[in-house]
Amino acid sequence: MNEWLLTEADLRAIAAGAGILGTGGGGNPYLAFLMAREQLRAGRRIRVIDPDDLDSDDVVLPLGGIGAPTVGIERIDNGDEGGRLVKMVEQVSGKKITALIADEIGGGNSIAPMFPAAQLDLPIVDGDGMGRAFPETQMTSFFIYGQPLSPSALTDACGNALLVTQATSAMQLENMMRAASITMGCHAMMSTPPMTGDFVRQYAIPRTVRQAWTLGTAVENALNAKHDPIDAIIEQAGGTLLIKGKVIDVERRVVGGFVRGVISIDGIAADRGRRLTIDVQNEYLVAAEDGQQHAMVPDLICIVDLETGRSIGTEEQQYGLRVAVLVLPAPELLTTALALETVGPGAFGYDFDFVPMIQKN
Amino acid sequence: MIAPVTSKALKIGVDVGGTNTDAALLRGKSVLGSCKTATTDDVMTGVRESVARVIRESAVNPADVGAVMVGTTHFLNALVQRKDLSRTGILRLCGPTSRALPPMVDWPDDLKQVVDGGSAFGDGGVEFNGAEITALDEAAIRHQCAVWRQSEIAAVAVTGVFSLVNPECELEAARIIGEELPAATISLSHQIGQNGLLQRESATILNASLQALGQTTVEAFKAAFAELDLDATLYLTQNDGTLMSAEYAVRYPVQTIASGPTNSMRGAAFLTGLDDAAVVDIGGTTTDIGIIVSGFPRTKSEGATLAGVQTNFRVPDVLSIGLGGGSVVRTDNGLTIGPDSVGHQLTSAAWCFAGDTLTVTDLVVALGRVRLGDPVLVADLDKDLLCQVQGFINQRVAEIIDRMKPSADPIPAIFVGGGSIMVHGQLDGVSEVIIPEHFGAANAIGAAIAQVSGETDRIVSLESTTREAALEETINTARERAVAAGADRHTLEIAHVYETPLAYLPGNAVRIVAKVIGDLRA
Repeated sequence: MNEWLLTEADLRAIAAGAGILGTGGGGNPYLAFLMAREQLRAGRRIRVIDPDDLDSDDVVLPLGGIGAPTVGIERIDNGDEGGRLVKMVEQVSGKKITALIADEIGGGNSIAPMFPAAQLDLPIVDGDGMGRAFPETQMTSFFIYGQPLSPSALTDACGNALLVTQATSAMQLENMMRAASITMGCHAMMSTPPMTGDFVRQYAIPRTVRQAWTLGTAVENALNAKHDPIDAIIEQAGGTLLIKGKVIDVERRVVGGFVRGVISIDGIAADRGRRLTIDVQNEYLVAAEDGQQHAMVPDLICIVDLETGRSIGTEEQQYGLRVAVLVLPAPELLTTALALETVGPGAFGYDFDFVPMIQKN
Repeated sequence: MIAPVTSKALKIGVDVGGTNTDAALLRGKSVLGSCKTATTDDVMTGVRESVARVIRESAVNPADVGAVMVGTTHFLNALVQRKDLSRTGILRLCGPTSRALPPMVDWPDDLKQVVDGGSAFGDGGVEFNGAEITALDEAAIRHQCAVWRQSEIAAVAVTGVFSLVNPECELEAARIIGEELPAATISLSHQIGQNGLLQRESATILNASLQALGQTTVEAFKAAFAELDLDATLYLTQNDGTLMSAEYAVRYPVQTIASGPTNSMRGAAFLTGLDDAAVVDIGGTTTDIGIIVSGFPRTKSEGATLAGVQTNFRVPDVLSIGLGGGSVVRTDNGLTIGPDSVGHQLTSAAWCFAGDTLTVTDLVVALGRVRLGDPVLVADLDKDLLCQVQGFINQRVAEIIDRMKPSADPIPAIFVGGGSIMVHGQLDGVSEVIIPEHFGAANAIGAAIAQVSGETDRIVSLESTTREAALEETINTARERAVAAGADRHTLEIAHVYETPLAYLPGNAVRIVAKVIGDLRA
């Protein structure tokens, strides 16, 4: 089996790429990066394996943080949250966990499972459940394609743990987990039920750790060589450039715990005269021009700094930023009729159907 | 002879920069004089020289000077050079949480080695809603103090989880440490930074490591001014453009660390009477562009990186580009300007000083806009090239102003710093180009006119209190901080109050930031 042993430079590239795949959300990977880096410096290893190398009887546990980013940066993890989840799930399921996987490759949750993986010397599967960032637990390809709902578990930095042994739907699981995480101080580590190697091979969004690394590395190499980082991203990710422009207006409000808003971008240079608007709800959801939708969720709408290629989160948006708006195609697993019920435009309150970017061109 | 009655109505502002030490003398709102001298290695010689000169040139009686306001790069230099720093004991009050990342985990190794005096995780800290994580462990703190006493630690930094929500455990820890280590200086994180444990802790450690230097620096300033027969109160300017008393500066030196750009922008606002404008500070190597909103610099949303350490200090949102009077002009491969500069060597390297490097200054001299060196040496420069370079500079500056300004509406731009002569004519997106009198000493003037502020930043859960009560308490804390920093209570005004609901937190958690500003207490 081929194992990819991550270096500090790899971690840095993955963090940068995960920012781009975060489509404006997913939280800042800085603390998760530092935590994983400390494990490497302590002599432990972070191994990444390809999903095709999983055996049928492998047992893969999905992990990620749940809670408020504001809390995550102030009450930092104890460091044993992931390890305790693994132990608890092993006890209750009677199965030995053989690998970990990220729920969400966008933002900080991309790296979150690497810390316990290093501690326990478990491999990380190169893939995740979203291929991007989404605001809620039920929005993973795992749940969409039939991952069981229990046992799911939460641990916090203070030594509390919670096991969910029954849930009537993935949405209900999200609601229970969200409520519990609040009583845990608004920040917890969450695992959803262990999955077989066969299931992960079939239903995980494949090779997204590598994708994040490739994006991050492409940007870094382009900057070092004084090439255009935007070109590098498109070349490496097969995406489409929607516009190069300048943010001219940001309208933002908080509704029910979610940040919603609209960002307006005016084209510059070759795109002068055009205006693009982007709808925001924690992530960038829909890009439109002259009343015409150019791109929509679950396709990835990414906004990066025009000069540095660095991803720009929804909270950082402000007048004057020079940006490129890119669309990366959604993973196939997210564009089936079944998946679109959970992650298509309708799931975010829009009354139109998903039209993939590829069809439009 | 009859001795004149001293009025104490004069103020002197001093800005100690990396290259120049500027001084300005003001009576009320009028600038009586300003001057620029070279910054000296020992700093104080330059300060003395520049203050003596501005007094002499303004022909005033030193006894009439009531206050001296100093902005200095002293502390930043100490950090950058890793010298004069105290080894610091570090206590993080976090209970079982926050142990995955030790203090200083993202510091440069060499700085960490100089400052790290031993760190400990301790019981304490609160949740976002103020609930206790664990109770403070007094015995454990006394034990840690014994360890620090052994290694002769005289500075301690204390950081509690969510101490901005409730500072009680930091205050209690300080009391215990004060009993054990009576001579130690103690820095508490809730007095220093914002939400974000690692970065607030780093800022607190930096502060602790600078306190001894703060003490000697303040004493040196006082001695220097006494030598000049000044019987004036000493203030230092802090990062937000307001003043702290010398006594306060001794306790919070890190708050003064990045006051240079702020002073220059505040000075620009004062000199023009404009409260909302772009300020363009053009030096020899770089051009710094920031935005003044209601008379104060707009700050960056993310924290400042100081000497390689990420903190969550708010510093002015300034964009620097490699364009200044010394920038090298090249024509061999299309026209390029900078980012490299001849810097200090301008007077030997530039064409107009018989050097062999073509600089922006040469072009400005050729355009007849300033008399420097020998204009004959640049008289043959191609007219088209001059126009092209002027166009290039105007466009670069306009582009950055446009990027920085808060909306698409045109705003006025104030030019300060020695290189202001480089810009000429209209700029796109700018309503008016203003080069005020005394433009070269805007930073010292900004220091002289500074007011006093107090700021609070906290996350409040509205489960146990009302919004009105939370706002009032936050504003009151800010008021008390302003008064402690030297403000006249009767002149305090609220500069701003921001309320931000926090994503994913239960609907009743808000972050409240309040800042009040007042005049200096007489």
